[in-house]
Order: sequence, then C-alpha cells, then structure tokens
Amino acid sequence: MKGIYLIIALAPMIGAVIAGFFGSRIGRTATHLATTAGVAVSFLCSLVVFKHIVLDGSAPFNGAIYTWLVSDGFRFEIGFLIDELTTLMMMVVTFVSLMVHIYTIGYMKDDPGYQRFFCYISLFTFSMLMLVMSNNFLQLFFGWEAVGLVSYLLIGFWHKRESAIYANLKAFLVNRVGDFGFLLGIAAVAMYFNSLDYADVFAAAPLMADVTIQIIPGYDWSLLTVICILLFIGAMGKSAQVPLHVWLPDSMEGPTPISALIHAATMVTAGIFLVARMSPMYELSEVALSFVLIIGAVTALFMGLLGLVQNDIKRVVAYSTLSQLGYMTVALGASAYAAGVFHLMTHAFFKALLFLAAGSVIIAMHHEQDIRKMGGLKKYMPITYWTALIGSLALIGFPGTSGFFSKDAIIEAVHASTIPGASFAYAAVLIGVFITALYSFRMFFLVFHGKERMDDHTREHLRESPWVVTGPLILLAIPSLLIGYMTIGDMLFGNYFGDSIVVHESRDVLAQIGAGFTTAGGFMLHGLLTPAFWFAMAGLGTAWYIYLQRPELAGFFKEQCLPLFKLLDRNYGCDEFNDKVFAAGSRKLGKVLSDTGDAKIIDGFIVNGSANTIGWLASVARFTQTGYLYHYAFVMILGLVGLLTLFVMV
Amino acid sequence: MPLLSLVIWLPILGGLAVLAASRHTTDANIRWMALAVSAVTFLVSLPLFFSFDSSTHEMQFVEMAAWIPTFNINYHLGVDGISMPLILLTAFSTIFVVAAGWEVIKERVAQYMAAFLIMEGMMIGVFAALDSVLFYIFWEAMLIPMFIVIGIWGGPRRVYATIKFFLYTFFGSVFLLIALIYLYFQADKSFAILDFHALKIGMEAQILIFLAFLIAFAVKVPMWPVHTWLPDAHVEAPTGGSVILAAIMLKLGAYGFVRFIMPIVPDASFELDWLIILMSLVAIVYIAFVALVQEDMKKLIAYSSIAHMGFVTLGFFMVFTIFEKTGSIQGAALGVEGALIQMVSHGFISGAMFLCVGVMYDRMHSRNISDYGGVTNTMPLFAAFMLFFAMANAGLPGTSGFVGEFMVILSAFQANFWYAFLAALTLIFGAAYTLWMIKRVLFGEIKNEKVAQLKDLNVREAAILGTLAAAVLILGLWPAPLIDVMHATVNNLLEHVVVSKL
Repeated sequence: MKGIYLIIALAPMIGAVIAGFFGSRIGRTATHLATTAGVAVSFLCSLVVFKHIVLDGSAPFNGAIYTWLVSDGFRFEIGFLIDELTTLMMMVVTFVSLMVHIYTIGYMKDDPGYQRFFCYISLFTFSMLMLVMSNNFLQLFFGWEAVGLVSYLLIGFWHKRESAIYANLKAFLVNRVGDFGFLLGIAAVAMYFNSLDYADVFAAAPLMADVTIQIIPGYDWSLLTVICILLFIGAMGKSAQVPLHVWLPDSMEGPTPISALIHAATMVTAGIFLVARMSPMYELSEVALSFVLIIGAVTALFMGLLGLVQNDIKRVVAYSTLSQLGYMTVALGASAYAAGVFHLMTHAFFKALLFLAAGSVIIAMHHEQDIRKMGGLKKYMPITYWTALIGSLALIGFPGTSGFFSKDAIIEAVHASTIPGASFAYAAVLIGVFITALYSFRMFFLVFHGKERMDDHTREHLRESPWVVTGPLILLAIPSLLIGYMTIGDMLFGNYFGDSIVVHESRDVLAQIGAGFTTAGGFMLHGLLTPAFWFAMAGLGTAWYIYLQRPELAGFFKEQCLPLFKLLDRNYGCDEFNDKVFAAGSRKLGKVLSDTGDAKIIDGFIVNGSANTIGWLASVARFTQTGYLYHYAFVMILGLVGLLTLFVMV
Repeated sequence: MPLLSLVIWLPILGGLAVLAASRHTTDANIRWMALAVSAVTFLVSLPLFFSFDSSTHEMQFVEMAAWIPTFNINYHLGVDGISMPLILLTAFSTIFVVAAGWEVIKERVAQYMAAFLIMEGMMIGVFAALDSVLFYIFWEAMLIPMFIVIGIWGGPRRVYATIKFFLYTFFGSVFLLIALIYLYFQADKSFAILDFHALKIGMEAQILIFLAFLIAFAVKVPMWPVHTWLPDAHVEAPTGGSVILAAIMLKLGAYGFVRFIMPIVPDASFELDWLIILMSLVAIVYIAFVALVQEDMKKLIAYSSIAHMGFVTLGFFMVFTIFEKTGSIQGAALGVEGALIQMVSHGFISGAMFLCVGVMYDRMHSRNISDYGGVTNTMPLFAAFMLFFAMANAGLPGTSGFVGEFMVILSAFQANFWYAFLAALTLIFGAAYTLWMIKRVLFGEIKNEKVAQLKDLNVREAAILGTLAAAVLILGLWPAPLIDVMHATVNNLLEHVVVSKL
C-alpha cells in the first residue's frame, strides 16, 4: 500500500510543479486540468485507502519513506502513519480541495494570476497531506510550516494591495509565534523521548507521566504538561485561538476559494488534528487539557461576538470560523477528541460551502463584499441561496444537519466533563450557540432577503454563477446536510477511531453520553430537549425579528451600546495592541540598538574611539619629532643631566 | 594524486594565468577563462567528497613535505569531515562569483577575476592546512585580494570600509600569531596542528590562549560585539565580494573554533563556554532587532548573517553544558553537526541573497529599501527566487536554512531550556526582518518609474540563482549525505574536548 500513499501525497505536488513551471507555456485550460486531475487522483486513492483501512479493517500503516538525516543517535525520517484518523483527514482534505479546484476555474477565470493560483492550491494540498499523513513530529513540522508558507503566498496573492501584503506578513509572523512554541515542544520531546516518532513517543508517554522538570529553578513542572502546552501553542497559532487569532480575519484578503480551503476547511484545523493525534500525551496531563479547554471556550464565545458587528460578508464567515474552531478546541479539552474531529469534518463541509457561496455572491455583486449593499438575492441566485441556507443551518446546528450532530455532541461532552474550567466552557459554548445563530442569520437575511440595496447597475447584472461554481456548492451541500446523521453512530459512539485516539477511562465523556445512544434519530430527538437547541432557535428568531421585521432596531441597538460596538469592531483592541506594542516596540528597540548600541557605543566609542585615541597619541608624539636639531640637543642635555643627577643622588 | 594541492594551486595559478593573459586577449575571453578555471577547480574538488572515507576521523588526502626545516615548518595538508565540506563550498561559490561579475565588471576585468581565483585557492588552503604556519600564511594572505576587491571595485565609502576591515582582522591576527608561537615552543618546536591537539597545557596558559584565539576568530565570524566591520564591508563590496565574504570568509572564523580553540584548549573552553554562549545568544537576539530597522538591503542581510552565525558558535559550545549536566556528550553532536550544516547552508543562502541584491543593484544602482516597491510586477521570475531565498533565510523547513537551526535548537534544549528559548526566537525575528524587507521591495504597487522599467532575469542570472535554489532545496530535503561525512570527525572531537588536558 506504500505506493498508493505516495501517489496520494505526490499527485498534487506534480500538478503544482506543472502549473508553476510550465503554466504560462501550456495555457490556462491545461493548467487547471493538470492540477485538478492531480487532486482528483489523490481523492480517489484516498477512497481506496478508506475502504482498505476503515471498511476492511486492515491494520494501520506505519513506515518510513526515507531517512532525512541521522545524527547523535537520532534518526529523523520522513514517513507515513495511515490510520483511521489520518484516513478521515485525507478524505476531507482531498475532497474539499477538489471542490475548490473546480470552483476556482470559474471564480478566477479573469485573473491574470490564474496558473500561479492553481500552482499554490495544489502545493497547499500536498503540504496539508504531508502534515496529516506524517508519522513523526519532524515531518509534521514540515507540513505545518509548508501550509503556512502557502497561506502566506495566497493571502498576498493580489500583491499590489497594501492590505493584502500587510495581512500575509501578519499571518506568517503570528503563525511563527505559535511555531516557536511548537518547535520548543518538539525539542522537549526529542530530549526526553530520544525519538520523534509518534509510535515511540506515545508508547513511552505513560512512563513519563510522573517526570518533572525545572524550567524556572525551584519550580517543578510536569514534563508532559510542559510538552503538551508548548505543542498547543503551535496549535493556537495555526488554529487561530485567542490570543493568536488576529491573523485569521485579515487573511480574508486572499481570494475566496482559498478562504474556503485553507482558512476554513483544512489548514486552520491542523491544530485540532494535532491535539487529537497527540491524545495519548494530552490524556496524561489534566492541566494541559484544562488549558486547552479554557482557551477554546474563550475563543468560541468572544470571537463569535465579533461576528455580530462585521459588515464584510467574508469577515462574518471568518469570525464564525474562529468561533467554531473554539468549539473544536473545547471538545479536545474535554477529552472528546472524536467529537472535535467530527466537528472538524462537518465544519469543513459546511464552512467551505458557506465561503464558496459567499464567493458566488461576490462574483454576482461584482466584488462588492459589504452586506449592507446586498439584499433580496434569493430570486436572482436560487442555487446559491438554497446551498447557503443549508450551510447556515448546519452552522447554527439546526436539528438534522451535520452541524447539529457535531456541535450538540461537543456541548453534551463539555456538560459531562468534570475537569477544571468545564462549567465555564459549558456556559461559553451555550451562549455561543445563540450568538452563532444570530450573526449567521443576520448575514443570511441581509444578503438574500429584504430590500435590494445594491445600485441599479449591479442589479441589472445579477445572475446565478456558472456550473463550475454551483456544482461544488451542491456537492458540498450534500455532506453538509447528511454526513452527521450518517456517521455519528460510528464516529462518536462506535469504534471508528480504533487505537488512533486514546482517552483515559475516567474522562471518557463520549462513552457516558454514548451509553444512552441508540440511533442518530434518537440523538436528534433528544437534542430538541436540550438548551442548545432553544438557544439556537432564539438566535435565529432574534435575527429574523431584527433584520427582517424591524430593520430600524439594529441601528437603535448600535446607538445604545456604542462603546461595546466599538470594542467589538476593533477586535477588543488586539490589533492595535499588537501594532503598537509588538510591531512598533520592536522597531523602536531595533532603532535604539542600532543607533546607540552599534553606532554609538561599539563603532563610535570602541572602534573609531580606538582609532581616534591612536590618532591623538600619534599627534602628541609628532610634537616630539620637530626635526630641529637644537630641540634634540636640548632634550639630550636634559636627559644627561637627569641621569647624572640620578647617579649622584644614589 | 595530490588532490588538495591541486585544488589550492589550480585556482591560484589559474588566476595568475588570467592576469598574464589579459594583455593578449579580450575581456570576453578573460571571463570565459576565469569561469573555466573555477569550474575545473570545482570538478577537481568533487572526489574529495566522493572518495571520502566517512568511517574514520583521521585526516585524509594527507600531503606532507618539509618546507622550512630550520623551524620545522611543513607543507602539511589534509582534510576531515569538518573541513572537506567547506572546501567544496568554497569551490562551488567561486563559480557564482565569477559568473556574477560577468557584465557588471567592465574595468580591470582580469584583475577582478584573478583576485577571486587566487582568493579561492588561499581560502581552500586555510581549510586544508595542518601546519599552523601554513594556516597562518593562507589566513593572512587571502585578505589581500579581498582588500583589493573592496578597495577597487567597491562603493563610495570603500576606503573607510577597507581600513576598518583591515584593522579589525589584523588586530585579531596578531593574537593568533602570538598564540601559535607560544604553542610551537610548548610542543617541542612543532607547528603541526594535530600536535597542538595532543598537547597538555596548564589552566592559566589555556585561558590566555583561549582569549587570543577568541579575539582572532570572533572578529572573523563575526561575533557580537566585534561585528561592526561586516555591515560596512558588505555595503561597500561589489556583489562578488559580498558573496565570498558571507559564504566563505565568515566560515573561516567559525572553522577556527573547531580546529583550534575547542581541541587545543578544552579546559579553558569548558570554563569560558558561558562567554561564547552569551555572545552567540546576543548575536541571535540583539542583532535580529538591529537587522529589523536597516534601510539598506545589504546591511540587513549582513546583520542577518551575524545572527545566523550565532547559531554556529552556539551549536559548537553546547557540549560543555550538556556534559556538565548529564555526564555524557549525548546531544552535543547534534549541536556541532547542526552548526556545520548551518555553515554550508548559510553559504548558499546568504550568497544567494547578496546575489539577489546585486541583480537589483545592477539595474537600479540603489540598495535602499525605500527606492523599491512592487518589483514582482516587473520581475516575476526574480521575485520568485528572492522570495524562496528569503524563506530559506527565515528557516523554512524543506530548505537548508531549517536543518542547522533545528539541530542546534534541539541540542540547546538539552543544555538549557532558556538557550533554546532565546535561540528559537529567531523563528519569529528572522521571519520578521526578512519578510518585512520582501514586502517592501517585492510587493505592493510599482513604486516609481525606475521600477516600472526593470527587466527580468537574463539566462545567466537565472542559471546562477536556479542552481543555488536547487542546492538549498536538496540540502533541505535530504541533508543525510552531507551529515554522514561528519559523524566520525565530530564524535572524535567531542570525545576529545571533554577530556581534561591539564
């Protein structure tokens, strides 16, 4: 099977190489055919692997491809671990990527950077696959940074826009802050486990449960807690958890297809995947789990609130992504890894769908993204409308949709969890449900219903997007609607994940919930009785009332809570803080070190100072060498007198 | 076949031949001649790698002949797993330097090419010398062509830069010479470096020798706080000079640490390793901030070189802390081998970055970041290369820039969490200063008329940058072959340095 894994990873790479090096020569059609074919091959092969590993129940594959380097007893290898978790990720990544490739044919058709764009998204698919298929920390880090690179390239795809190149630099640097922690975590693993192989590390982890280390002398910290938190800092960067979330809203500067693929469905969920993959380690540290839980809860609630005040269609979806990533993180913290990954999967479908639908709207609106200038689009764009409705319902967790099953499972899991922070997290995710429903349908109603607020020129040209755009919407709407119902039994309460996820018995909240689980239908009926459902309905109802029935109310509330509104509009001041303290502070410090440290002290005082001192000494010495004979004679006589005096005295 | 002599003298004699031929032929022929000499030298150096026996730490390709018998000075050459890769790097880089000066250098072409070829031979001589007098002569002699290159083909402040460079390095060399003469008498009148390694020396003497060597080599690396000659030298040097300076000359200083300081005075190194670690970490953190605010691209890359070389010296000196902490050298080889890889990788990347700046300078005659903006609109191919090298400079995995830093950070973690913490900050700062420059130079709207007129890379420039990009990528994706030649030598070195010589 090794061959097929290589094909899965390399097929998009080959597509990227063709598009990157020969794109301009072979033309647009050949470029999108080559890259799309590459990803399609990956997807089909992933289906084969899915059948092999999951349906046939074959043993997971864990093997090396080649040895990167050997040094000092460490053997760093590039290799694959293909188990149930990986297979799921491969399916999600290749499927969404394939949809986005097809969609891009329509979305980017007038862009001069067409070939470059296809090169990047195929390269991204390759990197993401390397990330999820890795069997060791090193390759994980490879993929991790590689997806960051492609994200950088794609956010800044329209490189003439100042806002885009500001956003991509910001994204890369904020991610690097996360990677800084991640790399230290890897270094800690290397030191204490003497290996970077998942299998070795996970096998040895229980033996390390009681090991403590001193980072600050005098304070004993559990080794695994330190490692898990350091690794999680990496996850916080990539999965945009507070306070490293600041890059994701700005990343919307990139073209919409990549917002769907990278900044919603796949790359940003890498952090969730990471923690799920490392569950054998996280399970040994309750402190780390609590940390994960609280960060996730804060992100889920407070990032959702920001979605309420956005007027840019993509930004609303972006903040909803942040909030949903918070939900997944909460699930991880509550040891409901399966629920986190389950939500990752359903979210990948419905959020990619929502982004692509937003893109479809943006095409129709001639690249107008302000939802205040839309309205009533339902009758012009029926396919986009219905698919967006499915996406929005899934996002708010409407019973029956995929999002309902995954989100409800998370809320129930947090409810059942007893680790420190769980009650706060429960409250946060419940309120979050209301907020999610409110901003999602605020956007939905403002875009598709109500008064047509666009100008006449735009209105005349409004029409449904071509099939390459609507086709992927429909194909994504199907799993957004159904996949939760179909798979919840196996994924959450069955044995889908096998040994790929480890949960400590005392914390196995999913098993507790699962005790009462019979069928997906039953789970749904039960869901109707939980507060989460009513919170969602309340949010939906509020949105309906405010934005369709009494539009003047929105303005009224804004007037009443202006300070709060401003706080939200400014992202709690996070951006300003980073700009003023970190960016400006670093520049200021650099200036001081450069002008004072290097120029004044080292060069001015020591280097040129020495040269000047020597110059001064020389100028003094020059006085003694006047060239007048009587000066020399005079000095000689003085010396003679001096010496004679000395002899006489002694 | 005396392979090492061949790679030393072939470029030197070739350089002289280029000089001699200049009266009889055109500049075009001179260029081709110089390129041929550098290419043949590189081909001749390849067997050093392919016939290298990586199972032993003993010196290989050894050549020995009496030279000045009165003082027991010998023409003694040989390489091990530390010096061999650096010789290849030197031979490799010189080809690019010759090619980079192809069109820009219009005056005194022969002298320019000859200077670099002769310098190449001498630098290889430094890496291959096993007799310390021979080492010292090559060490000093190679500076002469460099002074000439900066002094004649350099920028407007070239005289200041040359004198600063000269005074700094000469100041260091004096101490080197004193230390070598002292060791000569201690070692029963032998100048052989390997005899110095075996020599027992008292602690006080060790400390003094350590400091003398440190001054000599720290200036060359350059380590903070004796680094300020480098930005000036780079700014004034022509592109080729900057490439050699960054790719090879800095490595000579670092090479001194592993060839002289650690094996000759291990006890003093043990005692004073904190000093090196401190200087290295300051180089990594302090210099990163300084790099951030540079307005001149060459200065920025020069400062980034200093920060990257900080990883080299840091990696070398992890062994003592690790040994003190755990009683074993497990984890230290990672640091030393990482440092050695970092040297080679930095040779590629900084060389490529300076070549990129050269490409722009040739067209715009400015190195100021503020004179640029939106270059990718007019030079897309060039922009792709420069962005790639910038990412490598920021240590992106998959490029060679990652390998060394990764290994050194792993090793530093074993010594002390905070060393790793400070070193790993480069992940953020390295990306910040490099990519901020990229943003201002490559991206954005076309800034001015001059940028709008820019022509993309020609075939020669694309071939140079393409080859370097391939080298960066191959070393990043598969560093194993290069690291494998180092194991025996590095392990032997580490076992040697933790044994007291008192």
